[in-house]
Amino acid sequence: MSAATYVVPASGPGPVVEPGVVRRVEQVMGMPISLALRGRHADTSTGAEAWESVLASLRWSDDVFSTWRAESLISRLGRGELAVTDCPPEVAEVLALGEAARRATGGAFDVRRVVDGRAVLDPSGIVKGWAVDRASAALRDLDDTDFCLSAGGDLVCSAVPDRPTWRIGVEDPRDPTRVLAVVPVRTGAVATSGAAHRVEHVRHAVTGLAPTGVASVTVVHSSLTIADLDATCAYLEGAGAAGWLRERGRTGVVVAPDGAAEVVSGRSG
Amino acid sequence: MKRILLWVMSTLTVLVLLFGYRTSLGGADLLASPVAPIVGAASTSGSADTATGSTTTGESGSRTVTGTAAQTRYGPVQVELTVSGSGSATTIDDVAVVQYPHSDGRDAEINGYALPILVQETLDSQSAQIDMVSGATYTSVGYQTSLQAALDQARA
Repeated sequence: MSAATYVVPASGPGPVVEPGVVRRVEQVMGMPISLALRGRHADTSTGAEAWESVLASLRWSDDVFSTWRAESLISRLGRGELAVTDCPPEVAEVLALGEAARRATGGAFDVRRVVDGRAVLDPSGIVKGWAVDRASAALRDLDDTDFCLSAGGDLVCSAVPDRPTWRIGVEDPRDPTRVLAVVPVRTGAVATSGAAHRVEHVRHAVTGLAPTGVASVTVVHSSLTIADLDATCAYLEGAGAAGWLRERGRTGVVVAPDGAAEVVSGRSG
Repeated sequence: MKRILLWVMSTLTVLVLLFGYRTSLGGADLLASPVAPIVGAASTSGSADTATGSTTTGESGSRTVTGTAAQTRYGPVQVELTVSGSGSATTIDDVAVVQYPHSDGRDAEINGYALPILVQETLDSQSAQIDMVSGATYTSVGYQTSLQAALDQARA
């Protein structure tokens, strides 16, 4: 396994090293995939094999769903060279999730857009959370082992009852070296949508405009697929993000452009 | 000194720890959000009220303030603050949840829906006791300067 090396800010002593937590990081799907393991298989070959399975699963999803590759199934599907029935069942699953999101947002979220007069099929807004949820299955099989798996800031974690919960920091969208909130999670997922790292990469499917009145939306849920999707959908609502989450009974944090953070109290997973 | 510490306790009122939970756990009448505010003593009477929490002073002048354990239907929830300075210059350096219910499978599930705790003073990478960071999608470039990158480097 090749461990990627990254530049770490030189200032300060850095975070406290937590004993027993083994960390791994690799680039897949054009983003850093970070894993923290603790417990029986944190540093065993079984744990390392599970990590390789996670990466293989993510690469499979990237191969199938990458809109950057002209020969991916999703690109060929978008050009009409394939039918959904020609694709693995995962493609239909992702498109069904996209349709549900389109309905829930009145069309603001849509995997089908028109770009330069050309119809484009782009389920990227769904695939990340879904793919990480799917990839984490290999980690759930590890006996007596806790994991926290993050793909570019969207993460899923699990911890056995007698160990501490994972503590998830919610990044300050104005300063990626700081956090605005902390979420203790035992088993569940946290996803954030915003413009902090990719400038305005989330746009309204109909108007083509980036949302205003909101800096980031973080959602906590049992499923990363839903957390990721709903964070994106709520973000698209702009200043109405918190209200949109509340209507759906979601749990999360909405950060305004001035940095003010609002906790939304969900009542259902 | 006692008065200052009690003032600090009053700042605990801004920290509200909430638990959301699945609808499957109860009927519609149970869906009202089970808000469990962690409320410290706002009193400056100086009377000993041990039920509102405790304070200890560390070597560096920072102090640890432990809030009252709030009873939720799943068990007690308690937060601990590390503070420094005094009076209006008091700053919260860290927030830790020192107690939450985790005795059975249901509690484990509930903890999956624990609401975020808003950190009153944003924490930098030195003081934040966190395992992972949730943020807007990192590109490789954005990642290099992120707190997540620092965490990934902090290998045990």
